[in-house]
Amino acid sequence: MAEPEVSPAAASGGGRLRNAFGGVLCAITLLLIGVVAFSIRLFSVIKYESVIHEFDPYFNFRVTQFLSKNGIYEFWNWFDDRTWYPLGRVIGGTVYPGLTLTAGTIWWLLNSLNIPLSVETVCVFTAPIFSANASWATYLLTKEAKGTGAGLMAAAILAMVPSYISRSVAGSYDNEAVAIFALIFTFYLYVKTLNTGSLFYATLNALSYFYMVCSWGGYTFIINLIPMHVLLCIVTGRYSSRLYIAYAPLVILGTLLAALVPVVGFNAVMTSEHFASFLVFIILHVVALVYYIKGLLTPRLFKVAMTLVISVGLAVCFAVVAILVALVASSPTKGWSGRSLSLLDPTYASKYIPIIASVSEHQPPTWPSYFMDINVLAFLIPAGIISCFLPLSDASSFMVLYLVTAVYFSGVMVRLMLVLAPAACILSGIALSEVFSVLTRSIKFQLSKFFDDSPTSSGDSSPESSTNSTKNENRNEKSETAPKEKPSKKNRKKEKELAESVTVKPKKEKRLLVLPFELSVMGILLLIVLGGFYVVHCVWAAAEAYSAPSIVLTSRSRDGLHVFDDFREAYAWLSHNTDVDDKVASWWDYGYQTTAMANRTVIVDNNTWNNTHIATVGTAMSSPEKAAWEIFNSLDVKYVLVVFGGLVGYPSDDINKFLWMVRIGGGVFPHIKEPDYLRDGQYRVDAQATPTMLNCLMYKLCYYRFVETDGKGFDRVRGYEIGKKHFKLTHFEEVFTTHHWMVRLYKLKPQKNRVRGKLKKSKSAKTSSTLATGQKKNPWQ
Amino acid sequence: MPRATSDAKLLIQSLGKAYAATPTNLKIIDLYVVFVVATALIQVAYMGLVGSFPFNSFLSGVLSCIGTAVLAVCLRIQVNKDNKEFKDLPPERAFADFVLCNLVLHLVIMNFLG
Repeated sequence: MAEPEVSPAAASGGGRLRNAFGGVLCAITLLLIGVVAFSIRLFSVIKYESVIHEFDPYFNFRVTQFLSKNGIYEFWNWFDDRTWYPLGRVIGGTVYPGLTLTAGTIWWLLNSLNIPLSVETVCVFTAPIFSANASWATYLLTKEAKGTGAGLMAAAILAMVPSYISRSVAGSYDNEAVAIFALIFTFYLYVKTLNTGSLFYATLNALSYFYMVCSWGGYTFIINLIPMHVLLCIVTGRYSSRLYIAYAPLVILGTLLAALVPVVGFNAVMTSEHFASFLVFIILHVVALVYYIKGLLTPRLFKVAMTLVISVGLAVCFAVVAILVALVASSPTKGWSGRSLSLLDPTYASKYIPIIASVSEHQPPTWPSYFMDINVLAFLIPAGIISCFLPLSDASSFMVLYLVTAVYFSGVMVRLMLVLAPAACILSGIALSEVFSVLTRSIKFQLSKFFDDSPTSSGDSSPESSTNSTKNENRNEKSETAPKEKPSKKNRKKEKELAESVTVKPKKEKRLLVLPFELSVMGILLLIVLGGFYVVHCVWAAAEAYSAPSIVLTSRSRDGLHVFDDFREAYAWLSHNTDVDDKVASWWDYGYQTTAMANRTVIVDNNTWNNTHIATVGTAMSSPEKAAWEIFNSLDVKYVLVVFGGLVGYPSDDINKFLWMVRIGGGVFPHIKEPDYLRDGQYRVDAQATPTMLNCLMYKLCYYRFVETDGKGFDRVRGYEIGKKHFKLTHFEEVFTTHHWMVRLYKLKPQKNRVRGKLKKSKSAKTSSTLATGQKKNPWQ
Repeated sequence: MPRATSDAKLLIQSLGKAYAATPTNLKIIDLYVVFVVATALIQVAYMGLVGSFPFNSFLSGVLSCIGTAVLAVCLRIQVNKDNKEFKDLPPERAFADFVLCNLVLHLVIMNFLG
């Protein structure tokens, strides 16, 4: 904003200094944003300890331990025989290696520099480091779309947004921790290639996409969003050669690189998730050819060419499409995988794949969870969308498309709110930055008018306004939507008309919106208050809602803080008091933790890749003792683990999950019928429960000797007394119950070695008859 | 119908004339693209004859051909003097990008060839 009377040389020197100062300020701000992103995720480390949370991170941690101990070749070829007994699991071919390799590399690098951090520490802190990287990537992406101010704003918002914090706290060592960074960075490189048309960035884009494929199954979002955007550009007439350079190398290189990852393999060319990219690839080539020929020919000849090509091309197109449709329709799921299909058709999973439907993360979100997870951004997004349209460029149309698809997917599955978070932050950053620039410009204009109260004031204002970008009346409604929630809306409308008359006077070339002084100051103050509310909410969410490690529970009571460390107690008991080769059966939720912490072989775990195996365990838990013993014995199981929350009021225990076991078991073994366990359609375990429920293994293992705790057997989670209070176990024996009765371990009683001599003959007759009747009922023979 | 055929002949003639006017370096790139696409078609025909095992070799062969074709087209776009958007991009830089991208592509191909 140089004054007209200053000499040009000094003005350019002053401009350079200002630019340098701006650059340094920007760098310092980015550093601070990174520090905020890192520190806000450390609440769980401060409140509890540096421990890995939840279930899935334990598997990733175990894989990283293996990688750090045995090296990368062993990791690629690792066949794990300690899970899914007796099937085992090919880890090298079924895990997304990005997270593990990243953490392993960081660990190896630090150790080679003689900084001896343990693998666990590196794993715990990987997520906060990569969220700092993600906010810097957001800065770069938004800078490509709208400029530095919007970039800094978006980065600051992303550093704190609760939805991203929920999946990347210190200790949440899961795929999304690095995948979101890879997602934003890939989008940044795509937009950069689109803006510059440089093949170098296209190569980097493909490599970043490779990193994303390595990290998360959600990479299909990228390989479907980018073709959608290319199609949008073509259809809206924004085809350019830069679009070709941005898209075509990405498809080829990206498909090849995706096929390199063992998990994806040939799915990269054979599943429907990737077909959109090939289709748009062909369409792009056709369009490119058309534009090229249009450049060569005269218009009349071009029309002739078009008619010829269209008649021939349509016939060929029909044939190809018919073949493709026939191929795809021949597979029952139309070539899509179960999880992707459940995204497109939300009712698919509940009808066909109960395991996918039972995961709580796969349920649709409720309305309050939007305000919990993205808070203030929820009503800054529409302002951002409008701002993207003024002016519409390739980059800003990409943002809008990304947001719209992300909103749809987040509405289907609550876990995908995470994909919405960067889009929300970017658009809110754009909106806020535009509002701030309008308001500060108004203040500057009003102040300059106030201080030089001379006829040259209008002349001063024109160089000021010419250094700003072009705006028009649409700004009215946009800056109205942003401070929508502020009071005194009516006053503002009246004053806006006054402002209009003010701006018409000084310039003829550009009409800039300038608001009255008090209004602008008020607006800026209120926006800062809004930002303050957002920050307070984010910190509260990070500290209270999303920092629970779920392996350690705490509760406050009159005599202080109680810590429930039962899970680790049980796993430690298992690892110290059982043989290395003993098999432990439990519901699949606890599989990863058991293999990682107790180091024992499990039957089923959280990978849930084999539905029949899980149904077997579910059937065993739902059967009476003897049938369950038979099933577990056929699987070589030694110990059974159940989680019981009735004594302390822990609601996510196995009794509450029991109906899912029945459903999944009943889906494969028809003799388990869900209505058998319900009384009048209601699930209960008190005196009104059905006999099948009261005799099943899960009930018995959970409530064995429970009546000894308070004499009445009052279950604190269900809120009533249990039905069957005094019973003995015939085929299992209790070996360990943790301090708060949350985890209970039972051992299978071995079969009787010999029978008493007198009863031998009648016993043999009895056993043969039971065997005969057993054969009818028991599906295992 | 004769109108259509004469139109078609005129069309092809004018296409040929307009194409002959393009500079030689662009024609070399076009020839390279045609050669590469022909190689890809030969590979697909061979796969049709012999079967698609091992599939990764077939994929890497075909995709390397299509990949180099695409990269050559990108190079042609960037080097073409009629293209306003790439006016201030020196052709050496375009060629260097082309070489780099080809290096990455062929490194991946070598890995995937099996």
